[in-house]
Amino acid sequence: MTDIASPTVRISARPESAKRDIGIKRRYAAERRFRAYGMAAISTGLFFLALLLWTVVSNGYTAFQQTTITLPIEFTEKVIDPKGERATDGKVLQTANYPLLVRDALVKQLGIDASKRPQVKQATDMVSASSRTLLRDMVVADPSIIGKTVPVTLLAEANIDSANKGQIDLRVEESKRKVKDQQVTWMNQLAEAGVLKKSFNTGIFTFGASSRPEAAGVGVAALGSFYMMLIVLVLSLPIGVAASIYLEEFAPKNRLTDLIEVNINNLAAVPSIVYGLLGLAVFINFAGMPRSAAVVGGFVLTLMTLPTIIIATRAALKAVPPSIRSAALGLGASKMQTIFHHVLPLAMPGILTGTIIGLAHALGETAPLLLIGMVAFVVDYPGSPMEPSTALPVQIYMWANEAERAFVERTSGAIIILLIFLVVMNLGAILLRRRFERRW
Amino acid sequence: MNIMSEAAVEKALDQKMNTVPFKMIGKDVSVYYGEKRALFDVNLNIRENTVTALIGPSGCGKSTFLRTLNRMNDTIENCRVTGKITLDEDDIYDPTIDVVELRARVGMVFQKPNPFPKSIYDNVAYGPRIHGLARTKADFDEVVETSLHKAGLWNEVKDRLHEPGTGLSGGQQQRLCIARAVAVSPEVILMDEPCSALDPIATAKVEELIHELRTNFTIVIVTHSMQQAARVSQRTAMFHLGNLVEENDTDKMFTNPDDQRTQDYIMGRFG
Repeated sequence: MTDIASPTVRISARPESAKRDIGIKRRYAAERRFRAYGMAAISTGLFFLALLLWTVVSNGYTAFQQTTITLPIEFTEKVIDPKGERATDGKVLQTANYPLLVRDALVKQLGIDASKRPQVKQATDMVSASSRTLLRDMVVADPSIIGKTVPVTLLAEANIDSANKGQIDLRVEESKRKVKDQQVTWMNQLAEAGVLKKSFNTGIFTFGASSRPEAAGVGVAALGSFYMMLIVLVLSLPIGVAASIYLEEFAPKNRLTDLIEVNINNLAAVPSIVYGLLGLAVFINFAGMPRSAAVVGGFVLTLMTLPTIIIATRAALKAVPPSIRSAALGLGASKMQTIFHHVLPLAMPGILTGTIIGLAHALGETAPLLLIGMVAFVVDYPGSPMEPSTALPVQIYMWANEAERAFVERTSGAIIILLIFLVVMNLGAILLRRRFERRW
Repeated sequence: MNIMSEAAVEKALDQKMNTVPFKMIGKDVSVYYGEKRALFDVNLNIRENTVTALIGPSGCGKSTFLRTLNRMNDTIENCRVTGKITLDEDDIYDPTIDVVELRARVGMVFQKPNPFPKSIYDNVAYGPRIHGLARTKADFDEVVETSLHKAGLWNEVKDRLHEPGTGLSGGQQQRLCIARAVAVSPEVILMDEPCSALDPIATAKVEELIHELRTNFTIVIVTHSMQQAARVSQRTAMFHLGNLVEENDTDKMFTNPDDQRTQDYIMGRFG
């Protein structure tokens, strides 16, 4: 009888249980709220990222263009080597009055009276003073050019460049602006003749520091950064990976290793300027290494990057499934073989990602470099890491302190270059990760 | 040529399989995880070319005992083993015994199939490679082929030896792990619940394989399935709360056990 009775009881119980308030609506509302918070957080982040990129790019894209003036320069022997001594005295070609060649060509091009000095001065001011070195280098490289007329592309002076890019408001009263009305007239005249034009600015990639914006570039700083990255990679990757493997796989778990672990985690959070002080005290004052050299910068950045790499590597090693270790050990592989044949290859994507993120961090680091004297005005490419050099972010810092309009756009231009480096490095990290992960 | 303790000899004479010599002898084996004691003076001998099943409820110490046989417990922090275990005449916990050499003689197959994320070929060739058992390409090819044959996997994978071992099905992966263990030519193979992650068809294949492997290897298998123990083993040992309750011929164990607890466990009254 109970067999028949029990189903009826159950059926009658069902509608009641459906009416029960188990807070379904509340739960879904909570979930929707949480999702909305998340979306709000992400959109805020994206908004500021877009704002940052927009500011940098809109300020900086003009830095990749440069106004040039192409003039037929007559390499007159009378100006370069009036006494005919160049075969015996090497200094003659170095010290010759090259600006005079530019002046003559310009005067001829514009059709000005060469005796009107203020007007001539205004005209020659339109061409960058760096033309001197350009012409000198041409003549020194090939003295047979003397006596010939060769079209040479000269950089326009920074203010002319700015005016040509429309960055100088010409409605302002003449005395209050750096580009005079006469110069504007000539600019238009030269532009119509096809002599003055905007072209791609290769100089920003190749030049070193200069007080003249049109002759300033990040080439030297980029080489300094490259030296440092090389040193950081060569030192921190092996040291960091070896330290992590030892700590993770071999070291006994005791107070001492716990202390070391806590310290490594803390070191990752130490402000970078402290590493700069450390480098100043240890590498320069104690070890007597040269100031403002890439090698010291590399060492300091290595110290700074090590904790990041060690933490990433240990996490990657920990994430390798223990079943793989057991499999290798169960086959009779030694601990060393287990680690190097199985654990390390599987941890590789994590290690590489950590390393590249560490390197990218080091590439953008400025504060410690200021303390070891890398805020230097370096004009020439450093031949080795021991020579004075500077770094990309430091170059940006120095340009940001300059007042001229042309340096403002160059600062943003250099930031764009630095960002491109960082994006390329992160892309590399992603690609390496993909490649190694496919082996699973 | 095995040296047996007198008690062990006496016990052996009591058994039906008294003609089969002992491959491994465990005497007063106790295992501690830090302060916690997991095994209490277990005396269990493993007979040569026999499948010995270790059964018992979860946490009874059967896997712990299995892992003492090739010193896999060494890898666990704070784990301490006392007592004596011999493989043939060698005390495997003797400081002069190299654990690498021991594991080459006592292979292991784990609960979850764990092939290396490498090709099928490299999975099988790895053991011979690190132990220097093969030198030329032809040697390796031969070891790989015979091992896969022994594991009954050759026909299924012979055309894709260079594809990743992780791409196989669960049952095939487990047989690959058996082939990998077999490739080193161990004397004893330990299996820790080798079928617990497999479906019934794959389980049947692995059981059949265990049956065949018995002719060449001594096998110790931990299992939660009474039926499996009954099907594949000749000897069965029952563990409970870290103690060895009973060790007997499988037939006797499942029909007329000596101990009441074994009876209860087999009947499903606890565990």
